[in-house]
Amino acid sequence: MPKQNRRIRIKWHIIVFLAPAVLVYTAVMVYPLFNTMRLSLFTETDQQRVFVGLQNFRTLFGDDVWSDQFWNALGNNLQFFLIHMLVQNPIGIALAAILSHPKLRFASFYRSAIFIPTILSFVIVGFAWKLILSPIWGIAPGMLDAVGLKSLYAPWLGKEAYALTTLSLVSVWQFVGIPMMLIYAALLSIPDEILEAAEVEGITGQSAFWKIKLPLILPSIGIISILTFVANFNAFDLIYAAQGALAGPDFSTDILGTFMYRSFFGFQLQLGDPHMGSAIASAMFAIILVGVSIYLFGIQSRMRRYQF
Amino acid sequence: MDKKTCKTGTRLTASFTAMTFGAVFAFGTTAAAADDVTLTIESWRNDDLAIWQDTIIPAFEAKHPGIKLKFTPSSPAEYNAVLNSKLSAGSAGDIITCRPFDASLALYEAGHLSDVTGLEGMKNFSPVAKSGWSTDDAAIQFCVPMASVIHGFIYNKDAFSELGIEEPQTEAEFFAALDKIKDDGTYIPMAMGTNDQWEAATMGYNNIGPNYWKGEEGRLALLAGKQKLTDEAWVAPFRQLAKWGQYLGDGYEAQTYPDSQNIFTLGRAAIYPAGSWEISGFNTQADFKMGAFFPPVANAGDTCYISDHTDIGIGMNAKTAHPEAATVFLNWVGTTEFASLFANALPGFFPLSSGTVELEDPLAQEFISWRGECESSIRSTYQVLSRGTPNLENDTWNASVAVIKGEESPEDAGKRLQEGLASWYAPQQ
Repeated sequence: MPKQNRRIRIKWHIIVFLAPAVLVYTAVMVYPLFNTMRLSLFTETDQQRVFVGLQNFRTLFGDDVWSDQFWNALGNNLQFFLIHMLVQNPIGIALAAILSHPKLRFASFYRSAIFIPTILSFVIVGFAWKLILSPIWGIAPGMLDAVGLKSLYAPWLGKEAYALTTLSLVSVWQFVGIPMMLIYAALLSIPDEILEAAEVEGITGQSAFWKIKLPLILPSIGIISILTFVANFNAFDLIYAAQGALAGPDFSTDILGTFMYRSFFGFQLQLGDPHMGSAIASAMFAIILVGVSIYLFGIQSRMRRYQF
Repeated sequence: MDKKTCKTGTRLTASFTAMTFGAVFAFGTTAAAADDVTLTIESWRNDDLAIWQDTIIPAFEAKHPGIKLKFTPSSPAEYNAVLNSKLSAGSAGDIITCRPFDASLALYEAGHLSDVTGLEGMKNFSPVAKSGWSTDDAAIQFCVPMASVIHGFIYNKDAFSELGIEEPQTEAEFFAALDKIKDDGTYIPMAMGTNDQWEAATMGYNNIGPNYWKGEEGRLALLAGKQKLTDEAWVAPFRQLAKWGQYLGDGYEAQTYPDSQNIFTLGRAAIYPAGSWEISGFNTQADFKMGAFFPPVANAGDTCYISDHTDIGIGMNAKTAHPEAATVFLNWVGTTEFASLFANALPGFFPLSSGTVELEDPLAQEFISWRGECESSIRSTYQVLSRGTPNLENDTWNASVAVIKGEESPEDAGKRLQEGLASWYAPQQ
């Protein structure tokens, strides 16, 4: 049976090379993911784990106490994402375009300086900005005072109207290096012949960017958008480091990550409920899955790609 | 009444101390031969690590050879959650520091805490002291009471004498003093922020509130459903809080709890709405003289009420591998020896034991002297009322902050809290 033999040989070949990645990924990602979803179908009564079907989701979306918090967190999360899309990515693209300009001096210095915050820990960024913006010890009020703009200062992190925007911008500051680097790499990969050909046709400077470079880096912008989406809807660390798990003031900075943490592990007087926490985690997974699917099937498959 | 129980208490303490030690010495000599037993203590008091290691543990170990103690605290905000997961996983320590009321009651009902009703050390405590760690019918105790904290205001004595202000006795004097400090401008009148939320309720609402709802009288009436949170007695504290906002420093909305502590101990603020647990920290940080006054009453001569809250108890993990050693330790916690060690090492945590304990710290003496002048009560939201969802204590944090910031009127805050409570608490329906 030569046919079967050959099939087995091919299997071994694939298995050996895939095994390490598959095993590690299954152990640390796939299994916990499915176990979380399984956990969300249970609840605990009298120290016993009981199967309750979709009851946790019914509570999450039907019970006022839970659903108010969930929609609040989801709304805040959307705002968090929109600010990243409107501020972080355009600035990242602009920085990359400027950096790739052949006549710019000290380009590698700027590149490193802008990228460095990305490698800092969330905790450091959270505490540093908390201190900078603090009305008591911070340098923000003093700096604004020095240029005569003290009246513009407000305790931003303590005001419900500003806190979420402030933290979004802190996060933008930290991560603007990522889209910059990805776009920068994409811009460098555009062959000189194309640009030279365009120059011959009389397209130079700004219009070269809009007409030649931008269409060529659109796939990278798509990737960046989806990375931002996934990262923002999984975000937790910065809010937790700056505002704590209560995501104050009055839950105005509460996003799905902090809401999940509070429900799962408990905080101060609230006792942890792993089952409700899992239900929220599953909802987060569903939201991200839908977002990524829309991108993959709706946008990426229609995008035109150029081969050089 | 008080004196009498106190006296019998002392006598009891003395005889039981003697008995305990007799028993322990006998036990100790036999145990010393065997391997040492190490008891791990779970606690949220990470501020007290040095005191346990330098004072309390050596004192215990010297008397009880064969038993070693290990104090392993975690951060206060995360303690309940961390402890719960450790207990369910079976990795928690032998000795559990108990939060008062429902948090520990839930642990007992889940079979995580042992019944300590019969412990010899328990006989040194009054029913009020034990109330924080008893079942609802008071039949079973599951933690040995350790300490209570008293609320009031700590002030910068130097600032007061500089501005010629006396300790305010009435509300009118209190606000006159705040106005004077504010007009002078050298000091921030009051150091408190709303960023962390709990201070507004704990150091605000539950600090000044007992004067309005007449301490235990109002608290028990609320529990029984005879008073509502929309009643004047429960809304009036919010009305006072609404006036606080203008006296808190610039940007108090983003001021955290450590910020407030630092502002006060750096001498930048004149008054600090406090819990007595601040005393030991403030003593080491502040280089000015400090005094304290209890929450001012409405009219001169009114009875004052203070929040003297049962705060820390200590119990035994039901699954401990060393129940005998843990019992020995818990009995020791019930003794006057421990009470005086603990109270003097940690001024501001007042012993609940009926035995007499001499306090050396002047600020702590001032706080504890109010027990004689005023009527004591515990925080209104802790017993039973935070059992349901929405949690009344958490809602009170939120409401107190909103009132101080002027985002919610005192009446609306009272109405919202009452609606939340009535949604699950039968006597209020």
